[in-house]
Amino acid sequence: MNLGPHADFIVAAYAVTLFVVTALIAWVLLDYSAQRRILGDLEERGVTRRSQRKG
Amino acid sequence: MAVIDLANPTRFLRIVDRILPWLIAATVALFAVGLYRALNAPDDYQQGATVRIMFLHVPAAWLGMFGWALMSVAALGTLVWRHPLADVSGKAVAPIGAAFTFICLVTGSLWGRPTWGTYWVWDARLTSMLVLLLLYLGVLALYWTAEEPGRGARAAAILSLVGAVNLPIIKFSVDWWNTLHQPASVFRISGSTIDPSLLTPLLIMALAFTLLFVSLHLAVMRNEILRRRIRSMQLMQAQEVHA
Repeated sequence: MNLGPHADFIVAAYAVTLFVVTALIAWVLLDYSAQRRILGDLEERGVTRRSQRKG
Repeated sequence: MAVIDLANPTRFLRIVDRILPWLIAATVALFAVGLYRALNAPDDYQQGATVRIMFLHVPAAWLGMFGWALMSVAALGTLVWRHPLADVSGKAVAPIGAAFTFICLVTGSLWGRPTWGTYWVWDARLTSMLVLLLLYLGVLALYWTAEEPGRGARAAAILSLVGAVNLPIIKFSVDWWNTLHQPASVFRISGSTIDPSLLTPLLIMALAFTLLFVSLHLAVMRNEILRRRIRSMQLMQAQEVHA
């Protein structure tokens, strides 16, 4: 594949897109893992939501 | 299952857990095919190999606008029906829409330099797209800085509805004003002006980016629901301590 005289611009466009998409995915995954951990800690300490309480 | 059933956060989380792996698999498969077709597409007779930037730039532009349209619908759900899941959806889509709008602007700039001879001009299409990014940042600022989440959500919903005025301006800017940016070339009444050898990979990439967008939106919504659940549990715990 020959990207011609403007290869730098094409590679930069793909690199920026890859970087932004990867950063978004990493943020989502790290946030999910943090929320699960905090939720797990609270449940371990016996804290429940109002809707889960009996009586 | 009725659509209203999805409005229950617990049921929504169950559905997301079930469909997210399939969505991710479909996204990866479509990107594999789309990127292969995009990188092996023939050069454009005028733009040469730089036409390959189109496969990133155009889907990012569509999704930047789609994100704001989604946020406007969610804003109606927040302001009219006051449904918490509507606000969760609006808040979740804002950073994703902002990211895609940013990709659109940067790739457009990198495409503009070899094609037009400049990275940036203040023409109607480019400027209205920059305004969209600034509006996204405004919504994010409202969500992130509001002391009381409900007030932040209402303010963001109002800005989402007001900002929707910018969507037809972006779409028709190339028809209403004399712009350096080319007019619509994919969705036209008289048919696309792009050759099928470039149009097919573009549509595959657009579908792949759309699935990525939907997957990210559902995943961020799941995170936000968990965050709100944690917040309500912490508030209840604090109330019990003080009681």
